[in-house]
Amino acid sequence: MRAFDRLQLGLHFYNARGIARRYFVVNGFDGALTMLGLITGFQFADQVALETVIAACLGAAVALGVSGLSSAYLSESAERQRALSELEAAMVTDLSDSAHARAARTVPFLVALINGVSPVLLCLIIISPLWLARAGVALPLAPLPMALATAFVCIFGLGVFLGRVGGTSWLWSGIKTLAIALCTVLIIVLL
Amino acid sequence: MVLIRRLVLDVLSPHDPSILELSRLLAECGEYHVKITVVEMDDRTETLQIEISGVDVDFDCIQTTISEFGASLHSIDEVEVENQPEPVT
Repeated sequence: MRAFDRLQLGLHFYNARGIARRYFVVNGFDGALTMLGLITGFQFADQVALETVIAACLGAAVALGVSGLSSAYLSESAERQRALSELEAAMVTDLSDSAHARAARTVPFLVALINGVSPVLLCLIIISPLWLARAGVALPLAPLPMALATAFVCIFGLGVFLGRVGGTSWLWSGIKTLAIALCTVLIIVLL
Repeated sequence: MVLIRRLVLDVLSPHDPSILELSRLLAECGEYHVKITVVEMDDRTETLQIEISGVDVDFDCIQTTISEFGASLHSIDEVEVENQPEPVT
């Protein structure tokens, strides 16, 4: 790998890693809670067909993915452009051919990709029991409670990930996100 | 044949990436000895004195590397050259 490719790559990851991690958790949590809400709603509705639940959840997953992709790209590219302009002003020079400018163009793509993929990924994991049930695979619970349990596991997993990133107790962090999920379900049930 | 043996440059560079990266990239232009001294530190930039020595320093490569790094060459402060006779064929 050429030295400048390494430098550019380093810049990309140096700049993008923290932001991408944040976006992954924020939008992943969004996706998981949306699925949790939808499935809880279907659970308390009268006899909804599995196909309807899957279609609604998939629709929401796609919408979250596209929203995550576009919003992160627009906001990140604006932020990167601003940072580059500030650096150019400090340097009193044009940096358009530098590794900084190339990183400023590439980082928004990477961040947007992660922000778009994370909710879709979590949604697909959460609705996977519904697909399995439709395919005739025997599950230990009914499809909707199984999907709800998967959602709780995913949300707990995100909390664990956050705990590890922050260097705090992963268990306590997992319990906190799980408590948020339980509160969400409680509010839906009370409505 | 005139060979550049040593160059001292005045360069303005952003803090990130660090001068470690810059020194590595400059050294990769040839078999050079690179010494970077931070002369002044500002909020977003730093003024560097870069000393490069080698058998024949490729100034074009040095200039391109500095500009691709996002730094800016302000002046050439010192030059050492040597005139070597062309080898007789």
